[in-house]
Amino acid sequence: MSTGAAVANPWLAAPIEIAGVTPELAGVATYHMRFRDAKRHAQFRFRPGQFNMLYLPGVGEIAISLSGAGGLGGTWDHTIRVAGNVTRALADLGPGGSLGLRGPYGSWWPVEETAGADLVVVAGGIGLAPLRPVLDAWLAAPKRLGRCTLLYGGRTPDTLLYAKQHARWADAGVDVQTTVDRADVGWTGNVGVVPLLLDRIRPLVPKNTVLLVCGPEVMMRYAVLSGLARGLAKEQIWVSLERNMQCAVGLCGHCQLGPAFVCKDGPIFRYDKIEPYFDVEGL
Amino acid sequence: MHKPRLAVFKFASCDGCQLSLLSLEDELVALAARVDIAFFLEASSRVEPGPYDVALVEGSITTPDDVQRIRQVRRDSKFLITIGACATAGGIQALRNWADSEEFMRAVYAEPSYIATLDRSTAIAEHVPVDFELRGCPINKEQLLEVLVAFLAGRRPRTPVHSVCLECKRRGTVCIAVAQGAACLGPVTQAGCGAICPSYDRACYGCYGPSHQPNVDSLAAQYEATGVPREALVAGLRGSFNGYAREFRQASDRLASGGGAEESSS
Amino acid sequence: MTAAAKRPQRDGPTLWLARADLQTLVDVLWQEGYRVIGPTVAQAAIVYDEIRSVDDLPRGWTDEQSGGSYRLKRRDDEAYFGYVVGPHSWKQYLFPPRATVAVADRRADGWHMSGVERDEPAFAFLGARACELAALAVQDRTFLGDDYVDPIYRARRERAFIVAVNCTQAASTCFCTSMDTGPRCTGGFDLAMTELPDGFTLEVGSERGARIAAQLPNTAAAKDTLARADSARQQAVEQISKHLDTTDIRDLLLNNLEHERWNEVATRCLSCTNCTMVCPTCFCNSVKDVADLQGDHVERVREWDTCFNWDFSYMNGAVVRDQIRSRYRQWLTHKLASWIDQFDVSGCVGCGRCITWCPVGIDLTEEVAAIRETAP
Repeated sequence: MSTGAAVANPWLAAPIEIAGVTPELAGVATYHMRFRDAKRHAQFRFRPGQFNMLYLPGVGEIAISLSGAGGLGGTWDHTIRVAGNVTRALADLGPGGSLGLRGPYGSWWPVEETAGADLVVVAGGIGLAPLRPVLDAWLAAPKRLGRCTLLYGGRTPDTLLYAKQHARWADAGVDVQTTVDRADVGWTGNVGVVPLLLDRIRPLVPKNTVLLVCGPEVMMRYAVLSGLARGLAKEQIWVSLERNMQCAVGLCGHCQLGPAFVCKDGPIFRYDKIEPYFDVEGL
Repeated sequence: MHKPRLAVFKFASCDGCQLSLLSLEDELVALAARVDIAFFLEASSRVEPGPYDVALVEGSITTPDDVQRIRQVRRDSKFLITIGACATAGGIQALRNWADSEEFMRAVYAEPSYIATLDRSTAIAEHVPVDFELRGCPINKEQLLEVLVAFLAGRRPRTPVHSVCLECKRRGTVCIAVAQGAACLGPVTQAGCGAICPSYDRACYGCYGPSHQPNVDSLAAQYEATGVPREALVAGLRGSFNGYAREFRQASDRLASGGGAEESSS
Repeated sequence: MTAAAKRPQRDGPTLWLARADLQTLVDVLWQEGYRVIGPTVAQAAIVYDEIRSVDDLPRGWTDEQSGGSYRLKRRDDEAYFGYVVGPHSWKQYLFPPRATVAVADRRADGWHMSGVERDEPAFAFLGARACELAALAVQDRTFLGDDYVDPIYRARRERAFIVAVNCTQAASTCFCTSMDTGPRCTGGFDLAMTELPDGFTLEVGSERGARIAAQLPNTAAAKDTLARADSARQQAVEQISKHLDTTDIRDLLLNNLEHERWNEVATRCLSCTNCTMVCPTCFCNSVKDVADLQGDHVERVREWDTCFNWDFSYMNGAVVRDQIRSRYRQWLTHKLASWIDQFDVSGCVGCGRCITWCPVGIDLTEEVAAIRETAP
């Protein structure tokens, strides 16, 4: 039994506040967060794909992916859709609002580990949020060895996140391909499901390509199948999974998916590791 | 700042659930500071007309007049919460639903013709849309407080839908079905009472109604196999204050009609 | 290596504690500052509760167990530990069913979050069985084995003193021999006893155990005493009738997630949570906020929870395991299969509690056998 150092309380949140809010879409905003204790700013590090637990005392606590490295005086960002008690209360708080943070937690997208490969970022709807730090990292890299493609889809054009940044990413060298299920007047992009966009990558060099996928489960399933059909190995595909995360550190049992604790073994999984459990109803 | 206006309405019931509100002694002052109690005849003769932000409705619908009145309550109330087994399942008076109510009337009243009643006692939700159902006979005052706090905070209440068994285990109560052969309804009954009865060696009789997805057929088959007469199982399910709650009703009807776990899907 | 297994085993002689001196052991433990918890008769069962006197122990009582049934019975002797295992386990003392784990207070500058100062009790567990020692070792891996540890469990576990008592009989629900966890206590104890009509053999398993043993009136156990203890323990081995074939059990279950048996067992399973609550290794829990009416003071309360609860897998407005089939499958595959991936050990110690305390008597060994028989 380990003795000595005091045990950190895994349930203890640190006080943070909302530095600013950037509206994104109807019901979706990006929250720029910072610690109330300014000294902690410098210590905060996260990797693309990791998540925080945001705690609103009396309302509840939720797992939210990190979507960026802090605008409007914040240290980090969360892009959040109002969906339940906590997200609604968070939206009501607004700038200056006080809440608690535990994190960051979980596994990350293999950005450094796959340096040199062609990155294909596949996102659906709000699933782009946890992948934005991947694009940020690729854009910030001093020397770009591989290419970076963003395949991004939503139900309609007004559900596409970070639309203003798409052009900036494209200018900086990302091949940005967007698609919608249903177009509206003025939409000049693609129509159809995201995985079909894989055909637009020319040339797609299976050996040197890494697929990073986040979105609704049905979209991820087809993105994976499309990747495999184009010759990618299971080990070259990474998916972001979601389960009910409560403790975020593997002590509460809520987020299990087969042998995995999604909170600590995930949320980012290499596909071959999770394949037997990826598409089992009710698991 | 506008204080939410609270109203409490009563239909066919014993008033016990309203009393749970009054028995929130420690919290009542704080509650009164957060809400404007506009209509609560059990507590005050001051009566203010609607609309109300939140209505607590106790009791079941048993008369033609009730049917009209609950519609008016619904029109007057933004958020309607039913409280107690009468309001959520028809209550003990729903025993009439398996009998001839006219025969009851002839037996009880000298002049049955003065009585205008429906032949069934039914839950509020069978007549108007309900925003939240708080179960129990009577309701648990801590749960009532949670429902009100949640309403004020704009979130869904956290009231468990799991079985009484979990409450027994958390408090260390030994299972009386397994250790004493009692025909306890705990495994199919929703928690909320704190598992009081089994801690006094008494079988749960279902005050909080069916738990979520209760497997009543399997439990009944087990009790029957260990010697509990079928009539006793039917009487136990129907005689609970929640006998007319859907899952208990369907299970007791299957048992009474000669069916059992083997011929029904759970 | 688990914490318990790391404790040094002393090679000293097996000691002998006369029956009349059992009270001295209880007294010494209390004097040493331990709160002694042990078996006692209550609520028509042998449960764990505070023990002050040997008169609190279930002297002359035993238990008869089968699927969905437990009955307290009189023995024809005066054995103190002549039963198997009951509805309680030591889990409830190390991993309490309900505990406040943090608090939050709203002040002018926003929320202040803090932990809870706790002075955790030092328990002495009197009467731990071999399967229960194994269960402690399993929970050690869950709560202490990774980067994040549970502070309450750790504090209580470090302080706990364990007096194991070897089984001398078995219930029809016992299958520790299949799980390689018993019935003989081989480690993870401070003291281990085997009960004989006139007293107890006493093995010392740790330095702490040696310190307590030194305060007891004891002698080295005689050769024939050791032989009698051996045969008493052998009786338990011989009485075990239940068997779980664990061959490739991880793959067997995880490769059969769509087996028809899951549908069949779902017609019987009540999803009532009893199996998980009595299981000495199940650890699932939930933390909920309990706020005052003003909402300015909030306590984060951790409670036992279970994968059999419908909303346990709630996510984004929907429940993942929305059917009893899914929930039973989660429990069984976790307990016997994915636990091995997670903690390098089975989650099952073969104590049989989940069989006895299932109100409809579902037997996990039968469920596994049914899947094994018909697996493609």
